Amino acid sequence: MSDPVARLVDVRHRYGKTTALDLAELAIPAGSMAGLIGPDGVGKSTLLGLVAGVTKLQSGRLDVLDADMAHASERRRACGRIAYMPQGLGRNLYPTLSVAENLHFFGRLFGQGQRERDARIAELLAATGLSAFADRPAGKLSGGMKQKLSICAALIHDPDLLILDEPTTGVDPLSRRQFWQLIDAMRARRPAMSTIVATAYMEEAERFDWLAALFDGKLLASGTPPDLMAKAGADSLDRAFIGLLPEAERARHVPLPALTPLAHDGAVAIEAEGLTCRFGAFTAVDHVSFRIRRGEIFGFLGSNGSGKSTTMKMLTGLLPASEGEAKLFGQKLDASDMSTRRRVGYMSQSFSLYGELTVGQNLTLHARLFQLPKDEITPRVAEMLDRFDLKDVVDIGPDSLPLGQRQRLQLAVAVIHRPELLILDEPTSGVDPIARDSFWVELIRLSRDDGVTIFLSTHFMNEAERCDRISLMHHGRVLAVGSPAEICAERKTASLEDAFISVLEAAGMGREGGAPADGVDAKSVPAAAVAAPVPPRFDLGRLMAYAWREMLEIRRDPLRLAFAFLGPLILMLAFGYGISFDVDHLAYAAFDQDRSAESRQFLAAFEGSHTFDRKAPISNATELDQRLKSGELKLAVEVPPGFGSDLVRGLKPEVGVWVDGGMTFRAETIRGYISGLTQTYLRDQALARYGTANAVAAPIDIETRFRYNQAFRSVNAMVPSVMVLMLALIPAIMTAIGVVKEKETGSIANFQSTPVTRAEFLIGKQLPYAAIAYVSFFLLTIEAFLLFGVPIKGSFATLALAALLYVLATTAFGLLISTIVKTQVAAIFATAIIAIIPAVNFSGLLVPVSALSGGARAIGLAFPAAWFQPVAMGVFAKGLAIDVLWLNTAVVGLFAVGFLAAANLFLSKQGR
Amino acid sequence: MRAGLMKILRLGIKELYGLKSDAVMIALIVYAFTVAIYAVSTGAKFDVENAAIAVVDEDQSALSDRLKDALMKPMFKPAVEIGANEVDAAMDAGRFVFVVEIPTNFERDVIAGKHPAVQVDVDATAMSQAGNGASFIQAILLNEVAAAFPDKLKATPLNVVVRAKFNPNLESIWFTSVMQVINNITILSLILSGAALIREREHGTIEHLLVMPVKPVEILLSKIWANGLVIVVAATLCLTIVVERLLGVTVNGSLPLFVTITAIYLFSVTSLGILIATFTTSMAQFGLLVMPVMIVMMLLSGSMTPSESMPVWLQDAMLVAPSTHFVALAQAVLYRGAGLDLVWGRMLILFGIGGIFFALSLARFRASLLKAG
Repeated sequence: MSDPVARLVDVRHRYGKTTALDLAELAIPAGSMAGLIGPDGVGKSTLLGLVAGVTKLQSGRLDVLDADMAHASERRRACGRIAYMPQGLGRNLYPTLSVAENLHFFGRLFGQGQRERDARIAELLAATGLSAFADRPAGKLSGGMKQKLSICAALIHDPDLLILDEPTTGVDPLSRRQFWQLIDAMRARRPAMSTIVATAYMEEAERFDWLAALFDGKLLASGTPPDLMAKAGADSLDRAFIGLLPEAERARHVPLPALTPLAHDGAVAIEAEGLTCRFGAFTAVDHVSFRIRRGEIFGFLGSNGSGKSTTMKMLTGLLPASEGEAKLFGQKLDASDMSTRRRVGYMSQSFSLYGELTVGQNLTLHARLFQLPKDEITPRVAEMLDRFDLKDVVDIGPDSLPLGQRQRLQLAVAVIHRPELLILDEPTSGVDPIARDSFWVELIRLSRDDGVTIFLSTHFMNEAERCDRISLMHHGRVLAVGSPAEICAERKTASLEDAFISVLEAAGMGREGGAPADGVDAKSVPAAAVAAPVPPRFDLGRLMAYAWREMLEIRRDPLRLAFAFLGPLILMLAFGYGISFDVDHLAYAAFDQDRSAESRQFLAAFEGSHTFDRKAPISNATELDQRLKSGELKLAVEVPPGFGSDLVRGLKPEVGVWVDGGMTFRAETIRGYISGLTQTYLRDQALARYGTANAVAAPIDIETRFRYNQAFRSVNAMVPSVMVLMLALIPAIMTAIGVVKEKETGSIANFQSTPVTRAEFLIGKQLPYAAIAYVSFFLLTIEAFLLFGVPIKGSFATLALAALLYVLATTAFGLLISTIVKTQVAAIFATAIIAIIPAVNFSGLLVPVSALSGGARAIGLAFPAAWFQPVAMGVFAKGLAIDVLWLNTAVVGLFAVGFLAAANLFLSKQGR
Repeated sequence: MRAGLMKILRLGIKELYGLKSDAVMIALIVYAFTVAIYAVSTGAKFDVENAAIAVVDEDQSALSDRLKDALMKPMFKPAVEIGANEVDAAMDAGRFVFVVEIPTNFERDVIAGKHPAVQVDVDATAMSQAGNGASFIQAILLNEVAAAFPDKLKATPLNVVVRAKFNPNLESIWFTSVMQVINNITILSLILSGAALIREREHGTIEHLLVMPVKPVEILLSKIWANGLVIVVAATLCLTIVVERLLGVTVNGSLPLFVTITAIYLFSVTSLGILIATFTTSMAQFGLLVMPVMIVMMLLSGSMTPSESMPVWLQDAMLVAPSTHFVALAQAVLYRGAGLDLVWGRMLILFGIGGIFFALSLARFRASLLKAG
């Protein structure tokens, strides 16, 4: 064999305290189909991640395609020649983008021009039979088609090394067969291409050129499949693998007991009659009928998206049936009937236990929710732990368990309340053979010993063979029902797999699902003989690839798009009118104890303006107290007895004004009003009496000039500030999801495994949102002018420039949060808490920045809003331009750069 | 019934475990109820405090010095003396909100009884300080002149004494700190409850719950009580430790009554959070939807600016928001010491609003699951 495509020396990898991988030496041969086999959690994915450059090398030496993967520049060179397909169906695809758009995105990442992409995509789609589905969103493809699309995405740049992590897990047999035909065709086209595949299917591994068997992070053996079989002295790879295991592990493997025939008592557990489920125009399940006897193990087979899960969900009451009916234990299914639920245990396709609870806590919670008697809970939980071999992990969170153990826990949870019927949706998908066998030992025991009816779906033919009866489903319809032997006999095939494929082909799936087109020309594309050029350090095309993808995604989400544009406009409307420091319509009442002409005259000063709203007069001191306390009155005017006569006699009577001091701003304003009102009253009195106001005039005059907003209209001051607020919060909350969502869904692998740099990725993600925010800025300006009549007095060019920098800064802030946090919830939470407080309180919206002090000032100045606000206000109200505002504008620009640089720092190109 | 309550209890405890394991969330909750409250209450006051002021003194007399010195803390930062030609630039740049210009021969003209004019320039874009600050400056200047030349003052025929009830010294920290607590309660509970539902939906665990003998109403109530409890406790601690101890604010009213009201508020606002979550299919949508709701509830409920100065249509619209009622109740209980007899009506309204939100989210619960699935 030629030089290895990847060579590992002393590679060790740890997650916290657990060692995931510990390899002294391993050389993976080039130009061949190399397979990694072994159960879950033995380090296969870690090894592939390291080879793909997606996972950071912790120790040891790793050379891939002659590049030292510890060095960033060499790694980048290798990355351009590697294609990596992570585990999970379509994990690296973007569900709202169409098939063609997904491929265009990947093509752009590798710097391909429009014409080159069109040609390649047309060819790949033809080869995979996906041409007819080019416009279908990736999220609406079946599992098999998703995997084909993933392969197209991986092959778009003619990689020299193709890395596939369990590509066929969870895919039905026909799609699986087609998948491998496709890979074979692709390899025939480019014989020099090396392929490394991890798989849990031993029958697939038998076809590979070379295998490495891993266990517990260590290499058990490597070589060709016959080598391995010879080494273990076994006749099948399945057995060989078990034979290669260490002694202690081998002992764990329990041979499967034969299924004893079912003692049939005639009782029916499930009866479905014409069950139909429609989602809009799409019929997911089409008049399905079947009967499952009590104690039977009934298997449901079918390709992905054939309606298996939907049928199961209808039987559990999770989905209402559009038509038809289902009976459980002879009773019509009623979703709200709690007593039926107690008789059923359900395991959904995806893991659905609480990661925040330990294994023991999960079991106890479910026991309690099913209302097991109190004294039974502890023993029952202990029994489950014992029976499902979970005692050692009772205090561990389920997220850190290997898949096999997690599925056992799910089963334990599903049976804790001793249900009579178990509905299990692909319970062993992705579980390795040993764990699967031990799972089946439990299932058989439940069925035969405890008489539990088991209704399960699976993709594994050897599991289907263990069922009493199976049913083949396709396109929402049941194609065949019977015992495995009956079905094989009916289709005249030797194996159940062949029978399954023949049934599917008879139903027309081979044509539509897309086998490789016959025209795949093995000679058409020569293998890349020359070394691929090193990808450039910065490439606008890659940046635009992310921008374009992000833009498409927003366009497909009308709700988000609408809120991004309409939200700020509506909020400006509310705040422009709503946030007002104009204190008026103050509810007041008079407590007139004098009731003289003079007192009435004094009180008349409060009337005739919209500042004060008079309420019913107060009749006693207690009432005054009470009505202020209830909040009905904001102030009360108390005129003392004898006010009139004292005033006439020059005895300086004292009027008391009681103000609600709860809201200090309002109280201070009232105080100012009262003083002004008193002055006016005195002047009027003096004028009336002496003909001149000189007697009460102060020794100096004070001329107050309200600048920039002569009318002293709140709205003039508010509108620019609200704009500052809107452009701080809405853009930030949009970008806050950006990076962390890719982390959660797994598409971050595309960033990690392609030559895209961190800056390209971040800026590409930022641009569409910055553009939306910038458009929003213009809309807000128009709204301010047309609706609120707030004119722009200064240089609009200055404002436009500063606003551009500002939206770049706020979108970069969201991205920064997004790179730091681990979950989308945390991103929303952190952005809201961290951004709202300074944006609302410290940005000049309510309090001028010049009046901030202490920590508030520091927090305020550490956020771009406080710097942009003077620009917005300066241009709108003060008539200023860049000559005065340059510093603030520059600082806003620095924030944009700074946030982005920080995000760049926190974003890691490689996972841990 | 009892079994149902037990299930609600168990599921809620599960919810608490979930929160406990999320260090980021806990850190943010602590931040929101400590640092954020303290910084906002002490640093950003929107009554006139620490206002930046400058004086253009063209008189340079004993009287003008006296006036300058009179403009002082806590209302104003020490007055900065600037030249007449600097006024425009300084105000344009927002360095000062107020500039007092004392003309030449000012003292002489006062003595001569010529009523010289002092000009006060006010940056009217600083709405919160401009109006009140101008009247303070006016009062201070008049008092100072009167004190300097007692004989110049004419006797006024009556005295109008303004006394502030409930907060006699009109310390704004009383208002700001408590209102900040309220605002942060709103932010936290909206996000916590809504996100709890979306997270459960995204992880598929809600489906799991629905096949068990657990009713949707039990799932929702468990989320409400657990998330609500965390926030009630955090807010109460914040009120007693940060607000009362650290900031030295005297709370007039009954704390138990306030805690009860907070609990009712949390019921309605967590229900609102869940309701918003049922309208969205992803966290991205939720974030974009919840953000405007939060800011509206913060800014237009009367916790920042007086609600009676809003247009009537907006005041009426804001009556739908639970925060409007909570702010009114909190002000009544905490500032004015109002008892149950005065506030029960509004408490009932608050509860009713919560009930409507709850009923709506319950009605939408299954539909939203199908949509998301």
